Order: sequence, then C-alpha cells, then structure tokens
Amino acid sequence: MTVTVAWYMVFAAVLFSMGAAGVLLRRNALVMFMSIELMLNSVNLTFIAAGSELGLIEGQVAALFVMVVAAAEVTVGLAILVAVFRRRSSANVDELSELRG
Amino acid sequence: MIDYLWLLIALPLLGAATMILLGKRIGEPASGWLASVFVLIPFVIAATLTVPFLNGTEEPQTIFLFSWIPMVGANASLLWDPLSSVMTLIVTGVGSLIHIYSVGYMHGDERYPRFFGYMNLFIASMLTLVLADNFGLMFVGWELVGLSSYLLISFWFTKPSAAAAGKKAFIVNRIGDWGFLVALMLIFAAFGTLDFGVVFGEAQGLLSVGMATAITLLLFVGAAGKSAQIPLYIWLPDAMEGPTPVSALIHAATMVTAGVYMIARSAALFELAPVTLAIVATVGALTALLAATIAIGQRDIKRVLAYSTISQLGYMVMAVGLTAFTAGIFHLMTHAFFKALLFLGAGSVIHAMANEQDMWKMGGLRKFMRITFVTMVIGWLAIGGLFPLSGFWSKDEILGSAFAKGGFFFILWFIGIVTALLTAFYMTRLIILTFFGEKRWDDGVHPHESPPTMTIPLIILAVLSAVAGLFNTPVRLGLEHFLEPSFEAVQQVHPPDGITLWVLALASLIVVIIGIVIAYFRYGRGELPTEEGGYWAAALDGYGVDAFYGAVIVAPGKAIATWLAKFFDPKVIDGAVNGLGYATRSFGSTMRVLQTGWVRSYAAAIVAGALGVLLWMLWQGGAF
Repeated sequence: MTVTVAWYMVFAAVLFSMGAAGVLLRRNALVMFMSIELMLNSVNLTFIAAGSELGLIEGQVAALFVMVVAAAEVTVGLAILVAVFRRRSSANVDELSELRG
Repeated sequence: MIDYLWLLIALPLLGAATMILLGKRIGEPASGWLASVFVLIPFVIAATLTVPFLNGTEEPQTIFLFSWIPMVGANASLLWDPLSSVMTLIVTGVGSLIHIYSVGYMHGDERYPRFFGYMNLFIASMLTLVLADNFGLMFVGWELVGLSSYLLISFWFTKPSAAAAGKKAFIVNRIGDWGFLVALMLIFAAFGTLDFGVVFGEAQGLLSVGMATAITLLLFVGAAGKSAQIPLYIWLPDAMEGPTPVSALIHAATMVTAGVYMIARSAALFELAPVTLAIVATVGALTALLAATIAIGQRDIKRVLAYSTISQLGYMVMAVGLTAFTAGIFHLMTHAFFKALLFLGAGSVIHAMANEQDMWKMGGLRKFMRITFVTMVIGWLAIGGLFPLSGFWSKDEILGSAFAKGGFFFILWFIGIVTALLTAFYMTRLIILTFFGEKRWDDGVHPHESPPTMTIPLIILAVLSAVAGLFNTPVRLGLEHFLEPSFEAVQQVHPPDGITLWVLALASLIVVIIGIVIAYFRYGRGELPTEEGGYWAAALDGYGVDAFYGAVIVAPGKAIATWLAKFFDPKVIDGAVNGLGYATRSFGSTMRVLQTGWVRSYAAAIVAGALGVLLWMLWQGGAF
C-alpha cells in the first residue's frame, strides 16, 4: 500500500477539523491556542505535501512563513493570556465578554 | 496721451479706496476736496482726448489693458469713440461739479469722508460702464453702478425708510440685470464673443430677426431697470431718501442714463429688431406721460423732480426707440445739466429750510436766496423747453423725429406734446410754490443763501443749461456731426426739414407757454388751491403702483418664503437630515446583537464563513 498525497491531505483535513472543533468547544484560552497551532500546522502539512508532489519549492517557503507568523502570534497571544490570568486568575474566555455590544 | 485712458477709471477708484480707508485721518473739508480732484483730473484728461474728435483727425480706437476672459471676448479693454467721450465728459464734468457742491452740502455729516469714497466709487463704476469695449466689462460697470447706488441711497441707513429705499432700488435693478445677463448669454450663443466690434459688425448677416428681437428685448429689460421705465421705475422716487447730491448725480444725471447709453451703443442690434424698437419707443412715451401726471400731484420738492426725471428718461428712451440715437444722447446731455441744476438747487433750498422738503411749507424764498432762485429759474425754463434754452432744442429734436417717422409714431409725438405741457405745468408749480407767494414756513426756520461751494456749481450748471442747446441746433448740427463715427453704420431718423420743423417748434413752444400760464393762474395769484382727495390723492400716492406691486409680487413672494421657513425647512429639510440620523441609529442598535463579546461565537462565525467559501469553491469546481 503506497502512501499517496491524498493520504496527507486527508490527514491534514482531520487535524484541521480537530483544531477547529477545539477552538469552538473549549473554554480555556490556553487550549484554544493549542488548537489554533494544530490548525496552522495542518495547513503546513498540506503545503509541504503539495509542494513535494508538484516538485515546487514554494510549498516549503509558505510553510516557513506560516511558522514565523505562528511564532509571532503565540508570543503576543501568550503575553495577553498571562496578563489576563494575572488580573482575573482565570483563563475562561466566556468570562471575557466586556466588549459585548 | 490715449495710453493714459485707464487713469479715467483708476483715479476715482484710487480716490474711493483712499476715502474709505484713510478718510478719517484726512478730515472733513480736505477729503471732499481731494475726492473732487480725483474726478476733476479724469475730466481734464477726457476733455484733452476729445479734442482730436472735434478736429475730425482721430478715429475711434480701443485700448487693450489686460486679458480678463479672452474666451468670451471679454477683456479689460476700453473703447474711446465720440459716444463714449460724450458720456465720459458728462459723467466727470457734472460729477466733479456735484462733488464740489457736496463739500458744502455734506458739511457736518458724521461719515463725511465715507460719502466721498462712495461717490468716487460711483464715478469709477460709471466710467467702466461707458468705456467698456465689450458687454462683459460693461456688465461689470453696470453692476458696480447698482452697488454704489445702493450704498449712496441708504447712506443714512439709520433711517429705516432710507435702508428700505436702498434695498428696493437694488432689488428692482436686479430684475433688470437679469434681463441684461440673459441677453449677454444669447449674444454669446449667437456670436461666440461679447466684443462690441465683432457683435455689431457681424449682426447684420448673422442674426435672424427672431434672435435679434429676443436679445434686444432682454437688453431693454436691463435698460428699463437702470433707466427707470415702466414697469421698473418704482425705485427712483424712493431713491430720494439719499442725500440730495446723490439724487442729482446718480438719479438724474448719470446712472439712470446708463440704459439709454446701452441702447444707443447697441444701436446695430436694435436696428435689426423693428418690433423691439416700437416697444421701446412706446414704453418710453408712456413712461414720460405717466410720470408727468404723477409729478403734478407731489408735494415733496425732491419727489417732483424724481418723477420729472422718470418722465424725461421716457423722452430719451422714446428717442432711441425711434432710432433717433443722436437726439436721445443730446437730450441725455442737456437733461444732465438742467436736472443736476434743479436737484442741486432743491438741495440748496432744503439746506436753507433746515431739511424741510414739503413745498407747501416754503414760499417766498426768492428774497432770501438770490443765486439759488435765479439758477433754478433757468433750470425751470430749460426743462420746460422754452426757446432758446437747452431743453427746447433737445426735446424738439425727439418730438420732430417722432413726427417724421409718422404712422403709429404720430401717436407718440402727440403723447410727447401732452407731456411737454404737463412738464411746463408741474415745473411752474414747483417754482411758484417754492420761491413766490407768501412765506408759509414756521417761525423757527431762518432761510439763508448756501455757501459758495454750493452756489458756484449751480451757476456753472445754469450757464450750461442755458447754452447747451446750441451744441445741436437744426441750423448747426454739431453733436450730430460729432457722433457720426459712432453711428455711421446705423440708419437714424431725423426731424423734418424746412417749414414743418418750424411749425412743430412753434407748436411745442405754444404748448409750453400754455402750461406755464395755467400753472400761474392756479398757483400764482394769492390763495393756493387745496389739493386733496380724488386725483390729487391718487397722484400723491403714485397711483398706488407700489401697493399694487406689494399685493401682486411682494406678498406672494413673502408667502412662499414664509411657507419655506415655517414648513419646508423644519419639516422637509430638517426631516431628511433627522431621518438619516434616526435610520443610522436604529440600524446600529439592531446590528449590535452580533457583537456578543464571546470569542467562541466569533470563531464559529469564522468557521461557518470558511465552510461557506469552501462549499462555494467546490460548487464552482463542479463537485456537485
């Protein structure tokens, strides 16, 4: 049984769905961040797989970009998370609804 | 020398700026004298520049100053030809005499220098009007004349009646300006330029009769506004609220002649529209008659002269309507002299009577003011048309032209003769009531002769009123010959020759004497008639024309304005603005429920959106 590119795609889709479900269902901000990382990396996987299949370098380049952006995003996000946690001793996002219209 | 023509406009303009900005520092008599010099120098320049025309050695010429709106042929360039030189000499000559007179008359006024600033501004505007070599620049002068007139009529603006009179003059003139402006648009549409040379030169071949009629009728609306013809004459009697020198300068001698000048200048256009010419002549004759019948019933010395001005302007307009352009300009000139004289004389009387203007409270003044009396008598005989004073020659030339044209115009001749009778009557009435009979003023009034600054202009104007007729007699057509270069392309009507002319002159002379004699028997023999009720009340009220306009035009206008202010503005305009604000607010409060503040609901929205995009892409790709 050969592992074709379709396998990677399906795997990535499954990972992505898990991440999305995590973002939607979990209330802890830290877990939500981890879910977002999961989604980002599933996308990376599709880039790498497609790039390898098509023999193009752009797939890897895009994956590197995503990693850089993810690192930056996590830095900012975790900083906010720490600040919020210090203030409220809770990381429950449902309680952070002051901006309700 | 001709290169300095622009100084004619620049000097009075400089004077106006000086008086308005620095007048307070220059002080009372000095600013008046300085302003007079700013008008006197242009008069000297204009006189010098006119000499070559007299010799016949000079052609009319245009002097280009700078580009203004070259696309429509409207540049700042001046036309110097016999017609504009005559007008310039009248404006600056009579103007400087009236400036000198005002030095004495305005003595003691709080805003003395400001008055002279406005007077200088008026002279500059009027010279722009008469010197312009295109309709565009002429319109600028035309509007500026209206502005200076407004400023001067309402000069004593703390009096509500003066403020109202200024507004009235301005608004009525704007109706005329509308006609003039639309005429300019039509001229531009027809010729592609506003330049006099092109328009008058090509009118013959380019204009259809319909277009020529439309243009000239609209031009005449403008002329009727400025020259106070039916139905736009109503502003002129009220303009008497201004200081008397203003009445003399603007509302008798110069500004009101702008309409006559404009028609004479556009002779080449009017010639192509016989219908307009007939209308112009008829309106002129009717205005002359109507105003004369109103003048008879006035008690205020200045209002008699105001209606008399309207009547005389009617003669001028009738003349240009008959295509007797030279006769019109001739009467314009003689009228400028004798009407300025009469107004200044009336001003001298008012000055002496401590601002009393009612002739019923005068009488017997001849003993107290000799010079004013003698000069006014000359003015009276001149406007009455007694041989050999100026009014006789100029009025007879107009009447003779009407007679010579014959047919329908014979009626206008008859109206003119009747008006001459009425003119002699009401002017005699004015002189007798003012200067003869017993004194009727209160004991507190001490009449006295005016200072020399006022009497010397009177004497000069009296001499001119007496002899100006000799410029253009049937024996020696001086002005006719002089103006020839300006009217050479136009077919003019002339009075008849030979025995007919003498019979006509004799007839009008007899009519004038009849008018004087009737007035003498009515007013000159002791007891004065009580002029009350019936015709007298109607005439004193100007036949209720003001009330009629008030009911027919002003009242509906006010009603519309009130409706707009009370209903349209608060309900419709404000309603639209408030409605827009309300709609924005209610939309916002509906949409705010989307902002739950829960991060996970936003995330759900993003996922739903992503899924939607995915499904759409799949559908586009043909997956379903």
